[in-house]
Amino acid sequence: MFDTNELVLNMGPQHPSTHGVLRVVLRLDGEKVVDGDVVIGYLHRGIEKLSENRNWTQIILLTDRMDYVAAATNNVGYCETVEKLMAIEVPRRARYVRTILCELQRIASHCLWVGTHAMDIGAMTVFLYAFRERELILDLFEEFCGARLTYNSMRIGGLPLDIPPGWDKKVLEFVKIMTDKVEEYEELLTHNRIWLERTKGIGVISGPDAIALGLSGPPLRGSGVLRDVRKDEPYAAYDEMQFDVPLGKAGDTYDRYLVRMEEFRQSLRIIKQAAEGIPEGPIVGKVPRLIKPPAGETYHAIESPKGELGYFIVSDGKSTNPYRFRVRPPSFCNLQGLRTLIKGHLVADVVALIGSLDVVLGEVDR
Amino acid sequence: MIDNFVIPLVKILVVLNATLVGVTYMVLLERKVIAWAQSRLGPMRVGPYGVLQPVADAVKLMIKEDITPVRADKWVFTAAPIISMVPALIVYAVIPFGPTVSIFGHPVSLFVTDVNIGLLYIVSVASVGVYGIILAGYASNSKYPLLASLRASAQLISYEVAVTLTLVSIILMAGSLSMVSIVNAQYNQHVWYAFVQPFAFGIFVIGGLAETNRAPFDMPEAEQELTGGFHTEYSGMRFALFFLAEYANMIVVSSVATTLFLGGWLRPFPNVAALHFLDLIPSWTWFLIKSFLFLYFFIWIRATLPRYRYDQLMRLGWKVLIPFAIANLVVTGILKVLLA
Repeated sequence: MFDTNELVLNMGPQHPSTHGVLRVVLRLDGEKVVDGDVVIGYLHRGIEKLSENRNWTQIILLTDRMDYVAAATNNVGYCETVEKLMAIEVPRRARYVRTILCELQRIASHCLWVGTHAMDIGAMTVFLYAFRERELILDLFEEFCGARLTYNSMRIGGLPLDIPPGWDKKVLEFVKIMTDKVEEYEELLTHNRIWLERTKGIGVISGPDAIALGLSGPPLRGSGVLRDVRKDEPYAAYDEMQFDVPLGKAGDTYDRYLVRMEEFRQSLRIIKQAAEGIPEGPIVGKVPRLIKPPAGETYHAIESPKGELGYFIVSDGKSTNPYRFRVRPPSFCNLQGLRTLIKGHLVADVVALIGSLDVVLGEVDR
Repeated sequence: MIDNFVIPLVKILVVLNATLVGVTYMVLLERKVIAWAQSRLGPMRVGPYGVLQPVADAVKLMIKEDITPVRADKWVFTAAPIISMVPALIVYAVIPFGPTVSIFGHPVSLFVTDVNIGLLYIVSVASVGVYGIILAGYASNSKYPLLASLRASAQLISYEVAVTLTLVSIILMAGSLSMVSIVNAQYNQHVWYAFVQPFAFGIFVIGGLAETNRAPFDMPEAEQELTGGFHTEYSGMRFALFFLAEYANMIVVSSVATTLFLGGWLRPFPNVAALHFLDLIPSWTWFLIKSFLFLYFFIWIRATLPRYRYDQLMRLGWKVLIPFAIANLVVTGILKVLLA
């Protein structure tokens, strides 16, 4: 008597919860998602191609614009790749400051994530609480490098400037404040019945499946796979730091949430160790005036807040710009998982899952 | 002449205007309270501490371009906000703000009218309001509003049953459907019904949140999922009508809850003579204070909780609230017979 049709719903690129210009073409049966086609590319600026016509130092500025909520980690990743290619020794002081910046950046990025993720699920207060603390981090960055979003905070071989006097004290002060605030977020969410019902068992992905899809970072660790570039292939000063890598079990949205909440605490632990132990010494290693890496190629990955951020660089050894510049952005690879995750869930879960993967479209499209 | 025409007309005028002003300031209150909960200031620019913000909002909404989508069903699209707003306003006819008092020698009752089926009137009129939402979603001819209106209708059906069942237990207690009689019954029985009917009270509050589409049950307008839900395609004053209707409904729910469960206009401990000095405060003030506490509670909830999912909401309604409400009704009936 009645027949039903699938409803094609175009979610995005202008939608409040797709975190930028992500477009998901959903095929719905009622409110149930039958399939979802993820369309990307709305924020493509050609950063990789653009880099081939910039000299090695100018590219640092372009890396800011990829994951724009975690610019400092992008800078560090790129500079370390070039240093690896040129075999430059980075002084210990610079490596310590890099570690502090990376971890501050991770907290800032996770603040933005916890705020928007909770807001997608309807808890709007967490958003403003998290932004209140993110503001403190931005102030610290502003004091260090003068910028609040796109920092351009690194140079090949070290740092552009030494840390301002008293900056490490302020960082320790921040660690003290933030430790309490993380508890505050958790109080609003972790044991909240509605939050549990909305996140437990949503978007379950097993460890092997997550590996097969190429997920990395918290989405991978939420499924119980132990993989953290900071531990496995230490860079900056992570080999001298004590910290744990939190792991999930079920691989659902709730476990990914718990993993990131624990990362807040571990990051604070790392910052505390690093800020207390900043060694004296130079901030830039022995870098030639003209940066011209020898012919060759290299891949170097770091653990960005979103996952494994890798740079692949080819130098022909003759010119002052890269022959090929390629980024392995964690958001792009994590977004691969979205289609698998949303199948069979409801529209309301789609926004929860986009939030749970924590993608930044600037990095997906580049 | 004065008693039959002038006084009722003045009362209608006062109640209607007080409601509309109350509703606009309710919006400001919500913004302010949520702002304080989130450690910010809220509106501060228009007037001292933003007290004139509702006026600015009203002016802005009135001079905004009023767009009707080309593919929309024009008549239904226009009628939907009105269907949503009118029931929310006419419910106030039977809400008693106070008992009969004497003003300049004329006995004036502080309610527009006291019909003997007051509660039934409220339930039936209030449920008309949701047709506005359903029609808005249907008439917009757009996918997000359509999903929202489907949610709204499902939500209303499941919650109306539970809420009405709790009302029946109150009717059993008071032996009347008239709002004024229910308050008087609470006076005569020396207790607010919230204390003898805690389950009914709880179910009523949860159901009230769901019926007014308030967080954590605000699925029909879930901004993060449905980009605004049923009023996605509306702009200007027609959007404002939906907005005002939602807040007017909130005030209705808190007024009804105050009347049925918190003794309406009665002061705390109305039968304790030692607290007689509390009578210096006029009865309608007690009513407003109690309603205000309810409204504050609604806002507080919104600032705190995440949103339920649509199917979880259905489960809560059908599997938890309705069985509880039926059990509560049966127990009330048995006790009533046994104790009589």
